[in-house]
Amino acid sequence: MDTVESRDQLPKTGFAKIGEVLSAMFTQTSGKIGLILLVTHLAIAIFANFLAPYDSAVQDSNLILATPSADHWLGTDNLGRDVLSRSLLGGRPALVTTFFGTLLALFLGGFVGVYLGFTGGKIDDIAMRVVDALLAIPWLLLLLLIIAIFGSSPPVMIITLGLIYAVAIIRIIRGATLDVVAQDYVTAARTRGESALTIVQYELLPNVLDVVLVEGAMRWSWMLLTFSALSFLGFGVAPPTADWGLMIASSRNYMSISLAPVVAPMILLSTLIVGLNLSADALAKALGIDRTRTH
Amino acid sequence: MLALLIKRLLLAAITIAIVVGIVFIAVEALPGDTCTAFLGRAAQGVRLETCQEEFGLNRPALVRFSEWVFAAVQGDLGVSMARDTEVSELVGIRLRNTLLLGLSACLVGIPLAIMLGVIAGLWRDRPLDIGLSTFAIMIMTIPEFVFGTFLILVFSIWLGWLPGIVITRPDAPIQDFLKDIILPVIALAGIMTAHILRMVRTSVIDVMSSEYVKMATLKGVPYWTMVRRHVLPNSLIPTINLIALTIAWMLGGVVVLEVVFNYPGIGRLIVDAIGDRDLPLVQAIALVLAIIYVGLNLAADILTLLLNPKLRTMKFQ
Repeated sequence: MDTVESRDQLPKTGFAKIGEVLSAMFTQTSGKIGLILLVTHLAIAIFANFLAPYDSAVQDSNLILATPSADHWLGTDNLGRDVLSRSLLGGRPALVTTFFGTLLALFLGGFVGVYLGFTGGKIDDIAMRVVDALLAIPWLLLLLLIIAIFGSSPPVMIITLGLIYAVAIIRIIRGATLDVVAQDYVTAARTRGESALTIVQYELLPNVLDVVLVEGAMRWSWMLLTFSALSFLGFGVAPPTADWGLMIASSRNYMSISLAPVVAPMILLSTLIVGLNLSADALAKALGIDRTRTH
Repeated sequence: MLALLIKRLLLAAITIAIVVGIVFIAVEALPGDTCTAFLGRAAQGVRLETCQEEFGLNRPALVRFSEWVFAAVQGDLGVSMARDTEVSELVGIRLRNTLLLGLSACLVGIPLAIMLGVIAGLWRDRPLDIGLSTFAIMIMTIPEFVFGTFLILVFSIWLGWLPGIVITRPDAPIQDFLKDIILPVIALAGIMTAHILRMVRTSVIDVMSSEYVKMATLKGVPYWTMVRRHVLPNSLIPTINLIALTIAWMLGGVVVLEVVFNYPGIGRLIVDAIGDRDLPLVQAIALVLAIIYVGLNLAADILTLLLNPKLRTMKFQ
């Protein structure tokens, strides 16, 4: 963490900082590739309605597993639905669910993490024991159990993924907070008699925010992996909805007849996750956070 | 040392107990019970009552919980709802198949990963290392089921060398699986190799930049002697712990890959059981998977203790 000697050296805030970070990400080759992939995917997901040439749910019984043609660029699937339209729309469930899931995980994990790091003492000790115990539980098992019981509607998925990922985030944000709490400017603020709330708002949060952002980007890509795996297993969105994991699962039995219904969502899903990963790494570098990657 | 081991064992037992507790509470928390979940819309009148009678659901939760735990300790995991067989029998066969897959993947993946990791670490930033590392990161990044489906596409559909999906009966003798298992093992070993390779590479690079390696080089120790006597032992021992953790962490990947290849293991069984809302079976498999997971984590801890002289002689606080 840099120390600030005078007001002129204060770090930029708001839009100025966002611009600076983005350009720092863009100067790295991997960051450039990552950002381009990510922005393209977000644009596709947002404008899919206008881009998709057909209604993704309409079935044409004359066109079962049709090969690519001028009318259907990527052919049709086993129910005669347009593969291009479904592929363009198919990222939405994963992106939306995991976006809100990540937000929830960051808010919960960030709040509890900062609180524990700032208060310390007995509460912190006990809470960290609980966190460690929770981290030792195989998370996939927990997810499958929750889905077995509560089903896999979007709200359930968002809350479940958010809660499970929040546990790991608590650990990291608490660590980052402990580093900041030890700094002289926090001691100074305490000596000045600032209230706890003021210290958290003006001293801790701005300095922990970078870690939170990097953590969020990284977790988002992991959550996407988890979500797509679940939807491949049949525990994601309900069938008529277009979703990459579901498309791959339902079309792979016809792989020897028609490739596009499987390969198109596979390529899109992989490029999205690669893009998100590269962007997260570039963001970490741009913000100067050394994130030793475990899993 | 002994005290530390006992502490680890206790922690493992507590974790399993927590998982069992969570599983039971979660099942209790659902609106209705195991019978309403399984019967769905048909859960009315006589059918529901018979089912509840049969599974003893009209007794208090605590009684059922203690009965379930007692029976589970003795190896009796109850009766499956959808399959009408003893859960322990179903789980036993599937567990054998999963262990066959997992152990084969370890036999292929771990030596390969160590070899490639050492190569990548020793020739750091050369084309060979860049190639290996890029490949590893690619495999680590893309979803397991995409990688598995890609392998089926290449080896089964385009080249026609190997069967793409397993159609052997779950209870067939092991030798019948040998041909089916090749592609799933390649997939699992591939993912395992990618993760372990990266760890070994980092560890080798750390040791190569250490003072004692510089000292050995300055002393004039031949390069390969130094690699053999200093670099390999010091870089591989810490990764043993990481390897055990990676295998535990990969349980999720095993579940997904079993579905991809239609492999009749315990992972596919739990997915099917959830689809059927067969809660007694889900509970049992959750228990088995938790034991495997905790066991592997425990193995990782114990190996670290045994291999690290500093921890071995440490007094227990």
